[in-house]
Amino acid sequence: MSEELETKLKVYRGAAGEEPRYDEFDVPHEEGASVLDALVWVRENQDSSLAFRYSCVSANACKECMILVDGKVNYACTARLNTGTVTVEPLANKTLVRDLVTDIVPPKERLGSAEDA
Amino acid sequence: MMRVSTDVFVVGAGGAGMYAAISAAREGADVIVADKSLVSRGGATIMAQMTVASAVGHEEPDHWTHHLADTIEAGHGLCNEELSAILCEESVTRIHEMDEWKVGWARVDGRMTQVHAPGHGLKRCVYVDYLNTGPAVARALRGEVVQRPGIRRASGLAVIEIVVQDGEAVGAVAIDVESGETVLVEAGAVVLAAGGLTKLYMRNSASINMGGEAYAMALRAGAELIDMEFVQFFPIGHLAPRMVGMDPIMWDPFRYKVGGRLLNGEFEEFIHNYGASDGGTYTARRDVASYAIYKEVEEGRGSPHGGVWLSFDHIDSEVMKEKFGPMIGRLAKNGIDLQKQAIEVFPIAHYHMGGIRVDKKMRTRIPGLYAAGEAVGGANGATRLSGNAIPEAFVFGERAGKFGAAFAKNRKRASIDEAATKTVLSEPKAQLKKGAEPDGSATALMTELQALMWDKVGLFRTGEKLDQALARIREMQNDDLRNITIPDDEPFNQALLDWYELRAGLLCAESVTMAAINRTESRGAHQREDLPDASPDFERNQTIKMSGGKMVTGWADVPRISYTLEEKQAAVI
Repeated sequence: MSEELETKLKVYRGAAGEEPRYDEFDVPHEEGASVLDALVWVRENQDSSLAFRYSCVSANACKECMILVDGKVNYACTARLNTGTVTVEPLANKTLVRDLVTDIVPPKERLGSAEDA
Repeated sequence: MMRVSTDVFVVGAGGAGMYAAISAAREGADVIVADKSLVSRGGATIMAQMTVASAVGHEEPDHWTHHLADTIEAGHGLCNEELSAILCEESVTRIHEMDEWKVGWARVDGRMTQVHAPGHGLKRCVYVDYLNTGPAVARALRGEVVQRPGIRRASGLAVIEIVVQDGEAVGAVAIDVESGETVLVEAGAVVLAAGGLTKLYMRNSASINMGGEAYAMALRAGAELIDMEFVQFFPIGHLAPRMVGMDPIMWDPFRYKVGGRLLNGEFEEFIHNYGASDGGTYTARRDVASYAIYKEVEEGRGSPHGGVWLSFDHIDSEVMKEKFGPMIGRLAKNGIDLQKQAIEVFPIAHYHMGGIRVDKKMRTRIPGLYAAGEAVGGANGATRLSGNAIPEAFVFGERAGKFGAAFAKNRKRASIDEAATKTVLSEPKAQLKKGAEPDGSATALMTELQALMWDKVGLFRTGEKLDQALARIREMQNDDLRNITIPDDEPFNQALLDWYELRAGLLCAESVTMAAINRTESRGAHQREDLPDASPDFERNQTIKMSGGKMVTGWADVPRISYTLEEKQAAVI
């Protein structure tokens, strides 16, 4: 039965400057689910403090949900959720904000910086 | 705390918000355009798949009055005809303007290609290939926003409340999402362009920030909402098999271009049994198609996952490749070959006809407060024509920016006491806790609310179900919302934003449910199983406002145009 399959989701946690840790969540595996589905499930059922960025919800239009899935750059909404262990981490080449959120906001779109300019 | 000041403050940076920013800047105003997500990426616009209705007349002779006649007919007697007329007439100018801004409308031999969408009398809808209207519109508008020095962009700014002093809107209180810092905005005019509320339904085609926050902010500021009972369900939202990276309304463009057949679980066509024609075309209006699909499933003639089949297996594979290009490959990646299999579809919450009550200048009844885009109620009456949402964003956005800028110019900017921010942000402070318990989150409550709205305030309603929903919504407002613990993690405290979103969502859910209880008839997108007929007594708009912390509903005459459509046509031709 596919309902009984699980994915162990290993998630990078911590804000910039903090000692990072990895939290593990047992996520039910549904045929065809995406990594984004699993992250949303964790926020809803296990830990609402988990931070990650997304907007268009699986349409792959907003392009905000880019993270590392098992070490590779991917959109959480298009990456299929495998069974077994799946590791998700923030983008390595961007400044970390917290958990899976990195600073992808163009510099001129930060209100503070615009004000200073 | 950060304090900023501007002539026009635009809340929401989708199609309506960006157009408002551009238009206000053209009038010489300073503008800040803010989005809880990223400017141009968040909101509904970027998710638009295809159709943009406008009587540009490239495919066949057309006139905006014909578009207006179709819009009013779809609205089942409830269109604010003054707003509908503005939408139809000015969309032509906006479509050409977007063309100058290089949006890339699909063309053949220099003329824009237009398709025939349900409810329109002729081929009227322009688009960008392939299924790329939303991203192309967002990119073109963003290009214009970026070029204009008067516009400051604020990504990741969550606006929580409009500040009202002496009965007038003077600014807003917001939270910088990444830093958690409070931001106080002083503004000559505020434009609410943060979309609709379809996220409040379990099955929806919304982005995450479509939880009704524009409506809630308007209510709390003292403005009125109108026609909140009218939620549009898009009939053929994707149901199965599971896909990733695809918009659930993606089958719409497929049907525009090649028809496709809707079949029940017994592989028989059925739309014609409900008084509409389908037969491989795509002309049955959205409310009729949704009803037909719902009834087939209810009567045991559904597909395995509880929907109906949509089949393209009779269409030649070369035709499919020509019409849909890279989409065919993206489907293959999801294991779908339309030549070999049908997919399953079922209605999905897609758009909200109701919204903030405005006049022709997009003014609410609170001076200084404007609205634009889906946040505005009235132009589409009881059900919206396919293709009217994007022109609505353009046209109302352009007007809100222009009239907001004019208002700001003639007004002395108010100075807001910092204490205002403390009052606004005080409410959940006691609920914030480091290392909070994992259960009882706003996220989980939102999921419960979505299921409640879907089951009891959805496509088909009864007085009993609506009463049950209202009781639970009020319990959630008074009890659950006040008792959950919010993890106090900064920066990027999504859980805190979720709490504000839930508060807004509950206020909207209450509005929709109260309005649905009061409208004791069926009309357009509001279908009561216990009261299946339309009544002439209810050819009126329903209003809702907050008074002394309570929601108060009322009725208003529908604004009608004072000219005949023939007069307008004669004047032009």
